[in-house]
Amino acid sequence: MMSTFETAFEPIIRIENVTKRFGGVTAVDAVNLEIARGEFFCLLGGSGSGKTTLLRMLAGLDLPDEGRIVIDGEDMTATPAYRRPVNMMFQSYALFPHLTVEKNVAFGLQEEKRSKAEIETRVREALDMLEMGKFAARKPHQLSGGQRQRVAFARALVKHPKILLLDEPLAALDKKLRERAQFELVGLRERVGITFIMVTHDQEEAMSMASRIALMNHGKIVQTGSPRELYEAPASRFVADFFGAANLFAGRVAATDGDKVSVESAAAGGVLRGVAAARFKAGEPAAVMVRPEQVRLTREAPQADNAVHGKITNLVFLGSHHVCQVKLGSDKTMLAKLSPAELAAAGSFAQGDAVYLSWPVSAARVLPE
Amino acid sequence: MSGPGEPRGARAFVIGLPFGWLLVFALLPLLVVLAISLAEVRVGSPPYTPLFVWGEGLLPRFNTTGSNYELLFSDSLYIGAFLSSIRIAATASFITLLIAYPMAYAIARAGENVRTPLLMLVVLPFWTSFLIRVYAWTGILNSNGLINNALLNLGLISEPLPLLHSEFAVHLGIVYSYLPFMVLPIYAVLEKFDWTVLEAAADLGAKPLRAFFRVTLPLSLPGIFSGVLLVFIPALGEFIVPELLGGPDTLMVGRVLWTEFFSNRDWPLAAALAIGLLVLILIPALAMFRLTHREERA
Repeated sequence: MMSTFETAFEPIIRIENVTKRFGGVTAVDAVNLEIARGEFFCLLGGSGSGKTTLLRMLAGLDLPDEGRIVIDGEDMTATPAYRRPVNMMFQSYALFPHLTVEKNVAFGLQEEKRSKAEIETRVREALDMLEMGKFAARKPHQLSGGQRQRVAFARALVKHPKILLLDEPLAALDKKLRERAQFELVGLRERVGITFIMVTHDQEEAMSMASRIALMNHGKIVQTGSPRELYEAPASRFVADFFGAANLFAGRVAATDGDKVSVESAAAGGVLRGVAAARFKAGEPAAVMVRPEQVRLTREAPQADNAVHGKITNLVFLGSHHVCQVKLGSDKTMLAKLSPAELAAAGSFAQGDAVYLSWPVSAARVLPE
Repeated sequence: MSGPGEPRGARAFVIGLPFGWLLVFALLPLLVVLAISLAEVRVGSPPYTPLFVWGEGLLPRFNTTGSNYELLFSDSLYIGAFLSSIRIAATASFITLLIAYPMAYAIARAGENVRTPLLMLVVLPFWTSFLIRVYAWTGILNSNGLINNALLNLGLISEPLPLLHSEFAVHLGIVYSYLPFMVLPIYAVLEKFDWTVLEAAADLGAKPLRAFFRVTLPLSLPGIFSGVLLVFIPALGEFIVPELLGGPDTLMVGRVLWTEFFSNRDWPLAAALAIGLLVLILIPALAMFRLTHREERA
C-alpha cells in the first residue's frame, strides 16, 4: 500500500477483512484499510461502490458480516452506534426538524449527561466557530442549505469525537457554496485536529480536500494513496479514468528497460515509452496513459520520445485553458489541455490544422490491461 | 383576484358550492337544534313551543327560554352524564393511543409490500356494520359468552365474571371501534418520517428508547393529536357502545340525550344537551386547531 505516512503511521482506524452483504449483493468485499490519526481521509467511488456502506459500518449504523473494525485500539466491530467515539455528518444532514439549531447541537451533549453550563458553553463555541451563533433560535426549515450544513457539522463536532465521518458533506450545496465549503472543511479540520473520513463520488472534491484517498469499485478498494499518487501514478486503467481525463493507448509491451517500458500501439501508430509501477514482460498487453495537460502541441515534428501526428478537430476555450481534440491517423481522438501561454508560444492553431502531439517519457504511465 | 380568461361566475360557483353545502346541511340544522333548545316542551306536534309568535304589530314576538340550559347546569344527572362522558372518552382515547401507536409504528416500518395488506386488515372491520360489531361483543362478554365459558371450562374461575354491562365493556367497545381512527393518522405521519434522524440520534449517543422519546414521539405528535381528536370526539357522544355494552349506571351524554328525545319526548332538553355536547367538542377541536397552526408557523 502506498502511503505518504510511512514515518510514524499511527492508525486510529483498522479495518480488517470487512465484508457486508445486503441480500445477495456484496456491498463491501473483504476490505482492509488503515487510517492514520489526524488524516483527512477520503473514500471515493461511484454509486454502489460500497463507500457509504463502509462509512456506515465505521459509525455503527451497519454491522459487518465478516471482519473486524478497530477504532483507536478498541475492537468496535459489534459496538452500537450510540457507544462509538465517532460522529457522522449525514448527507441529508438529518437535523431534528422539531428542535432549534441550539437544541440540535446540544442533543449529543445532553445524551452524555453533561452539566447545563458545560452544554451551553460548548454549543455556543461550536456555533460561533461556524458563524451560526445568530441562528441559534431558528428551526432547521428556516435555514438555507449552507446554514443547515454548518449546523450538522457543529452538531457532530461539539461531541469532540475521535473521528468525524462525513457522508457526501457538500453534495446538497450549490456549486459556488461547495467550493467555499471545501476550503472551510479543510481549514476546520486543521483547527480541531481530529481525523476526518469523507465519502464522495466527486474526484475533484476528493483531490482538493483529502490527504489520502481510497478509490473503491464493486465493494473493493482499488488503490490507496495521496491525490498526487492516484493522479500521476494510477495502478490501473480504472483509476486513471476515474481521476480526470486520460489519453489511453492500448498495445503490447515491446521492450522493458528498468521501470521504462516501450509499448507498441496501433492506436498511436508506433512505439510509446512510459514509466511502469508494475513488472511487464515483452509481448504482454498494456496501456499507455498520458494526461491531457502533459501533452505539447507543435507544427513541426518535435524531438521527443513520444510523438503522434493528427488533425485538430475541435478547439474549445474554457477560460483558464483550451481543450484541443486531435484525431490521429488511427482514428483515435486525443485530448490536449493547453494554457493560454502555451498556446501563444506554440503559435496560433485552428480547426483542421495538422499538428504533432508530444510528451516526455516521465509523463506517460504504462498500466496493465 | 380572478385570472384572465377565467369567468368570475365559474370561480364563484366552485368556491360557493362547498359553502352552500355547509350552509344547507350543517349550519341550518344546527340553527334548528339551537332554536328547539330555546323552546319549551309541550304536548303536541311538534312537541315544542314555537320560537316566535306573530302578534299584533309588524315584528314577531320572541318566545324563548333558557330554562333547558338552567336545568343542564343544575341537575346532577346531566352534569354527571357530561363528566362521565369526558372521563370515559378520555381514558378510552388514551388506551386506544397506547394500542394504536405500536401498530402504526410497526406498519410504517414494515416492508413496502406488506404495508398495504396490513392497513387493509386495520380497515377491514369497517366492512361490517358498526352496530353488528358492537353487538357481537355482547356474545363474547356475556356471562355465558365466549370468554366466561372458556375460563369456566379451564377451571380458572368458578362463576362467570361480570364483564358485560360494565364500564370496562364500554371502554373495550370504544377502543375496539375507534382503533383505526387512531392508527391511520399516526401511520400517515410515521410513513413520511425521515428515519435517518433516528440514525442521527443514535450517532449522537441516544439509545433506542431515548431516541424514541426525544425524536420519534415529538415528531409524531401531529398524528397523535389528530388520532386522539378523531377518537375522543365521537366517543364523547357515543350512544351504541354504552347502550349495548354499558350497565344501567353507565351515564353518557349520548344515552341521556336519546332517552330525553325518544322516551321522554322532551325535544328542547335533548336539543340543549346536543348543544352542550357540541360546545364540549369545540373546546378540544379548537385547541387542536391552534396547536397545529402554531406548529406550522414555528
